This record gives sequence, C-alpha cells and structure tokens, in this order.
Amino acid sequence: MIRVAGLHKRFAAQPVLRGMDLDIATGEIMVIIGRSGGGKSVLLKHLIGLLRPDAGTVTVDGTDITRLRGGELDRVRERYGVVFQGGALFDSMSVADNVAFPLREKTRLPASEIRGRVDEKLEQVGLTGMGHKNPAEISGGMRKRVAIARALVTEPEIVFFDEPTTGLDPILVNTIHHLILELHRKFRFTAVMVSHEIPEIFEIADRVAMLHEGTIIEVGPPEAVRASTNPIVQQFIRGDIETAPAGQRREPGRQP
Amino acid sequence: MFSSPTPEMWPAPLRPIAALGRISLDGVSALGRFGRFFGQAVGYVVIPPFKIGRLRDRIHFIGFRSLTIVILTGAFTGMVLGLQIFLTLSRFGSEAYLGPAVALSLIRELGPVLCAVFVTGLAGSALTAEIGIMKITEQIDALQVMALNPMRYLVSPAVLAGVITFPLLTAIFDVVGIMGGYLVGVELLGLSPGTYFGEMKTFVTMSDLMTGYWKAISFGIIVPWVCTYKGFHCGHGAEGVARATTQAVVLTSILILVWDYFLGSVLP
Repeated sequence: MIRVAGLHKRFAAQPVLRGMDLDIATGEIMVIIGRSGGGKSVLLKHLIGLLRPDAGTVTVDGTDITRLRGGELDRVRERYGVVFQGGALFDSMSVADNVAFPLREKTRLPASEIRGRVDEKLEQVGLTGMGHKNPAEISGGMRKRVAIARALVTEPEIVFFDEPTTGLDPILVNTIHHLILELHRKFRFTAVMVSHEIPEIFEIADRVAMLHEGTIIEVGPPEAVRASTNPIVQQFIRGDIETAPAGQRREPGRQP
Repeated sequence: MFSSPTPEMWPAPLRPIAALGRISLDGVSALGRFGRFFGQAVGYVVIPPFKIGRLRDRIHFIGFRSLTIVILTGAFTGMVLGLQIFLTLSRFGSEAYLGPAVALSLIRELGPVLCAVFVTGLAGSALTAEIGIMKITEQIDALQVMALNPMRYLVSPAVLAGVITFPLLTAIFDVVGIMGGYLVGVELLGLSPGTYFGEMKTFVTMSDLMTGYWKAISFGIIVPWVCTYKGFHCGHGAEGVARATTQAVVLTSILILVWDYFLGSVLP
C-alpha cells in the first residue's frame, strides 16, 4: 500500500501541497480529482519519486521513498508503470519499439519473447498491426493507448495515470476508462489516477480523493464523495462557476 | 536546497549589495551544476552498463550527419586560404611555402576550430533541441520512472561520440582543406605539385598534428557537454527549447574560441 503523510511542497514562495495525507490500498483504483493547478500532478510526481517534498513522507509497502536515491529508488520504480499526460512516447521510435523499450532495457528476455509480449499488449489495447507506425502518425487516443501498453508491458504492481483522457472526445474517454478497468480486472494492479473526467470517473473508481489547495478535503467511495456535504466538493462535481460568499462580493465600480 | 532572503527583504541602501550577492551565488551554483553534470556524464562513460546502441546512434548523429558540411566547408576554407596566402607570399617571392602555410593553418588552428563551430551549428543545436523537446514532453521523466538514468542514456553516449568523431571529422576537414589549397595554388595559380607537398613534409611536424588532435578531442567534449546541458535545463514550451538552442550554440562557439586560445598558448 501507498501512504502519503504530511506532505508539504512549495515552489519559490508558493505552497502547492500543505501537509496532505492519503492512503492508497493495494489493488484499488484511487482517483484523485481537483481543480487545475491544485497540486494533483505535483502529488503524482512525489509518488513516482520525480520530486522530493519539503516535509512529509511517501511510503510504499513500508519504505519511505522520499529518502531513497539512485539504485534504491530505481528498485521501487521497477514495480511502477506510469502513463503520462501527453503519453511521453519516444518519438524517435516506432509504436512497437516504444512498448518493447522497458523490456529491452530492463530485462534479459530474448527478442522473440519481447516481440510476443509487445504484440500481446498492443492487442489488449486494441492496436494490433499498428506497431510499425511512428507516434507522430497516430491519433491522440491511440497515443494514450500505446502509453498504457508501454506502462503495463513490464506487468507492474502499481500504475499511475496522469490525466489519461485529457483532450479526447467523450466516446474515447469512455473507451480508455473501460480499457483501464478491463486491464485492472485482469492484472489486479494498484491504480492511482489523476483525472478531471466527472462524472465518468466515478464509474471506474474504487475510491475518490479530492485535492483542494494542497490538502485532501474528501476521500471515499464514489457514492460517498458524490453525497458529500462539503460545498467545495459539490461545487467541483457540479462544475459551478466559483462565486465569493455574498458578504465578500464587491460591487462593481465601488472601492472596498 | 537553501533559500536566502530576496533583495526586496533588505533595507533600501543594502539592496544593491544583496542583489550583487544573489547574482554571484546564482552564478556559482549554475557553474556548480554545469560541472556536476559533466562529472556525471564522464562517470557513466566509464561505469557499466554501457549503452553501445546509443553510442552508435550518437556517432551517426554527430559524425556521419556532419560529414557533408565538413567536406564542403573544409574544401572552401582550403581554397580561400590557398588564394589569400598565395597572394601574400607572392609579394615576398615565397610562393613555395604555400603548402606548409595552408597545412599549418588548417592542422593547428582552423581545422579543429571551424570544424567544431560547424558541427555545433549542425549537430550541437539538434542535440539541444532533441533533449529539450524530450524534457518538455515528459520523455525524460518517462526514462526516469522506467528506472533508466537519462544521463547514461542521453548525455554520456553523446560526449563519448564527440570524443570519437571530432578528431575524425577534423582530420577529414584538414585533408579536404589541404586539397582545396592544392586546387587553387597548383591547378589555378600554377605552383608545382612537388613544391606544394614537398615543403609541407619539411615544415609540418608531429607536434603540430598533436596540437590539432588535442584541440579536436577537447572540442568533442565541450560541444556535446554544453549542448546536452542546455537541452536538459531548457525552460517551458517551444520558446524554452528555442532559447536553449540559441544559448547552446552561442555559448559553445564562445567556449570553443576561448579554449582554443588557451590550448594554443600552452601546447607546443
């Protein structure tokens, strides 16, 4: 399991995470929601060890990864798969080479075995026969699927998804969500997903956590988060335009 | 990482001093990062596992792809040298020394320097842009979370490829340049071929060749080092990559000239 405790991070004078806590159970799909610029991606970068906190810990199965360096951190990362927001596919390689890359670099599998696994993963994400294409030649939705195939090819225990459906049409959003759900059922990895897709994301999440101004203000099963009495959670879920409380509202043209 | 007060937090009369201190500290820490980056790059050249495939790719990227421009510029540099030196020497009736004059200028100075500057414009800028784009599209982050070291994968092979290819490219530049000088001096201006090459053997020594060789090797380190560093530390978006590429080319060109002067003054 992953336990985030008292995580603080500031950039220059701007605090982004303000002592946030979150537990992610093994095998669940945890979706982190929240407004843009609210620190979701920063949190994810702490979970995968790309950023170090100013204070607090990120514990993965009892190991505080914020204290690890070099090879020790790499050993934890070998259990990870990460789907980046833009896919982060290597544009100098074909689709198949992208998916094969982690296997070629991190394992001693024979080429025929790697080819077999790559074909299998491409088939699972519905991209059979697309292996020879360059990432620049395929659509946004396909790129996301290639990124998912690459993240899963090493059969990781924990998979992180950073807004895996951003910029896709509603049908593709559902396709990707169902793909993630199907792969999760099959491989039982722990999934940590940052997403904006409301209400679609409630369909696939085991639990949802809302990050607001650097702390988790609500966490629980989707139905509990939907029924939350917290006005900020309700405002976010309904997509209301933010308005200041009546007493603080400024009259146009009048100085406060 | 330490944080010190910003100049605005000091009393007004002390602010210029605080700002000077801030600039100095920023400069020193940037220099430190630059040095540490080089240390890591060299470290991963000697510590296994080695990325032979990446090295081959970088040799192709820096070396093979620069061949045409090196041959073309080498030929014209030699021809210009041949013409100008012939015109100067003919005033003193010493045209016979055209061969050694062209060869020495190329081997000791112009070959390594011009070759390095042209390769910077061609391959160095491409290195910066490639790594910069990889950074802004999270490809470098992707390498890191795959437990692969981006320095080992992207920087060390480029530095080693520079050390291997620069002396070879410089040698090609020198040879083509000498032939360019021959074309002008012998074929166009009527010097005898025996004089052109014969005098060269007398005047060009092994130490001249070694001077050029050491220069080429050191430029082969400087160019990939600066260009990959700038790519790794580029700003955000297309503008960040564009600025990093410009800075890489300018900084590398300046360093080449400064280092050339330094080496020229210490080497025999």
